Amino acid sequence: MGAVAVLELPKTPHPSDDKRWRLVDTTMRRLGNQQRGLIEALHTVQEAFGYLDVEALRYVASSLRVPLSRAYGVATFYHFFTLKPAGEHTCVVCMGTACYIKGALQLVSAMKQDLGVTPGQTTADGKVSLLTARCLGSCGLAPAVVYDHEVAGKVTPAALRDRLAKWNSHVS
Amino acid sequence: MSPEELDQIAETERQAQLGFKHRVNVCVAAGCVSCQSEGVKQAIEKDVARRGMGADCEVKGVGCMGLCAQGPLVSTSAGVLYQKVAIEDAPAVVESLLAGPDPRLLCKTDVPFFQAQKKIVLENCGVIDPERIEDYIAAGGYTALMRALGELTAAQVIEEVTKSGLRGRGGAGYPTGLKWSTVSKAVGERKYVICNADEGDPGAFMDRSVLESDPHRVLEGMLIAAYAVGASEGYIYVRAEYPLAIKRLRIAIRHAERFGLLGNYISASRLSFHVDLRLGAGAFVCGEETALISSIEGKRGSPRPRPPYPAQEGLFGEPTLINNVETFANIAPIIRNGGEWYAQIGTEKSKGTKVFALAGSVTNTGLVEVPMGVTLRQIVYEMGGGPPEGRQFKAVQTGGPSGGCIPADFLDMPVDYENLAKVGSIMGSGGMIVMDETSCMVDVAKFFMDFCASESCGKCVPCRVGTYHMHRILDAITERTATAQDLAQLQELCDLLKNTSLCGLGQSAPNPVLSTLRYFESEYQAHIEQHVCPAGVCGKLEEALHG
Repeated sequence: MGAVAVLELPKTPHPSDDKRWRLVDTTMRRLGNQQRGLIEALHTVQEAFGYLDVEALRYVASSLRVPLSRAYGVATFYHFFTLKPAGEHTCVVCMGTACYIKGALQLVSAMKQDLGVTPGQTTADGKVSLLTARCLGSCGLAPAVVYDHEVAGKVTPAALRDRLAKWNSHVS
Repeated sequence: MSPEELDQIAETERQAQLGFKHRVNVCVAAGCVSCQSEGVKQAIEKDVARRGMGADCEVKGVGCMGLCAQGPLVSTSAGVLYQKVAIEDAPAVVESLLAGPDPRLLCKTDVPFFQAQKKIVLENCGVIDPERIEDYIAAGGYTALMRALGELTAAQVIEEVTKSGLRGRGGAGYPTGLKWSTVSKAVGERKYVICNADEGDPGAFMDRSVLESDPHRVLEGMLIAAYAVGASEGYIYVRAEYPLAIKRLRIAIRHAERFGLLGNYISASRLSFHVDLRLGAGAFVCGEETALISSIEGKRGSPRPRPPYPAQEGLFGEPTLINNVETFANIAPIIRNGGEWYAQIGTEKSKGTKVFALAGSVTNTGLVEVPMGVTLRQIVYEMGGGPPEGRQFKAVQTGGPSGGCIPADFLDMPVDYENLAKVGSIMGSGGMIVMDETSCMVDVAKFFMDFCASESCGKCVPCRVGTYHMHRILDAITERTATAQDLAQLQELCDLLKNTSLCGLGQSAPNPVLSTLRYFESEYQAHIEQHVCPAGVCGKLEEALHG
């Protein structure tokens, strides 16, 4: 279908009847359903669904008439996009320079000791994902950690362990 | 919107503000928000209401007050600044409006951290409510735009910017006036103005603070630029990692559109200008202008060789002006006060002020804006208070992964573009990380090389393969298994990357290695010959990341 550019092409059907696809449609429409809207569309998918799976990439690529390879290329080029669903809770350790020299590695090391996860991994029970960020811009509060979208500053391994314990006790 | 209408709005807003006897400003920029400053604001509002002072006292959320490490920060109309204000402290803050300053929470402001600053870019930060355009207008906002549209030709605007001597604040320091003039002369069907807000340097947060605290200042700068170069569309390319900045920019754009300050025929002039946001997606290379353009076009952020420069062939192949957030933030004051006024500040070749994000091993972490030409010692020791807990200063890192580590010998050097380059670093966007004796300089070099290797876009071989090999060698040195031969190869690779990489990322990736080799070679030797890490860092935590 990539070769046909001028003809009205049939609209790509939604991968499922999930209403969130309409949000994706809105973003694509706002940018004129043009190829240049690819990254914005992927942002919307990730915001709505939490991650980008092959179905989503196929849908966006087909709607914007870009090859699936290009959509996949873009999705894997940028660190912000993830192709795997995150755990129930996410813990993002900032690895910016200020955080690094103030002991961010100790936090990562604590996570590994306690939960056996390294950056990019999710615990086997799907409860906690450990991620790292390049820099949150919260250097004044180094080392910084984002627990489920909430930034915490001057985090010590003990404080991190407290939070992990809280997450675990909530569910079990 | 005519200049008269703008004056009217400003006057109405000022009158409304004068109607309040007291004012409490609570910082709601990211630093303080992450220590619950929004809760503090609500608690203060509640307490004001409880005392029935609602009509007398305005509680305002404002932008960054600079001293992020002591947040949440609260200032009052009595002229005092409170630090580390907890939710429980709300009644004490309100009480102090009537009873005088509360010494328990007081943050001293007669110290160099505040007194030695010269605020141009940050003049409204911590003063106005970033989510209300009226507050920006009351502080003199958009008058520079009105002056440009009503009194100056496009050429005269460029003339003022040229006279000011302003240089690009993204790091490279290209003369802004010259860039504008090139874009204005370029011929194209339409032209674009792009604001580079992809603050990717780890350890830098100036742009984030400006966007969160005073977003209209950036829009006004872009509008004036659009008028000067003849552009009709603008994009702000902002990191997705800065949700608060994105939210405030969206509000600012909506307000400016509603007030007729963005749109068609602004203030009945020929200027039509629309601005849209594009979210970066975590790629450091997108700070490079051709990569950034490619990203706005919806593609991977791969740079391309220059020329053609974006000024000739940029976004969608059209002439494009790209400036950094801080550069645009300087424009309105320059047009308001004239280029000559700006040129009086700073050094011979570096004019104006620079905002630095001071972090790392330093007592007062936060944002400072200082005239160009102050010394590193003034910034790190007088303003920053030096390393805490009696630690020993070792180096200050500027310019992020493209910059270098500057040792104590150069503390008395005046800070400007040329001097920083002379000692092997760069101005960069303004991150300044202080390191003490507990930091191993080889480990720091490895940290940055790890960053560059992972951020290399992979398009050109020297950068893609070179950063990988350099990281491998640095890793071996920190593991204390490297030989003198490895070190020689590391130096060779520095040379190779510098001279043969396609874009700035690869060309400057060796800088952290080169500068640490230059000033801290003994540390490299200790790792290689004596197999020890003098700082006691290496080998301890390796497993954590890669194990």
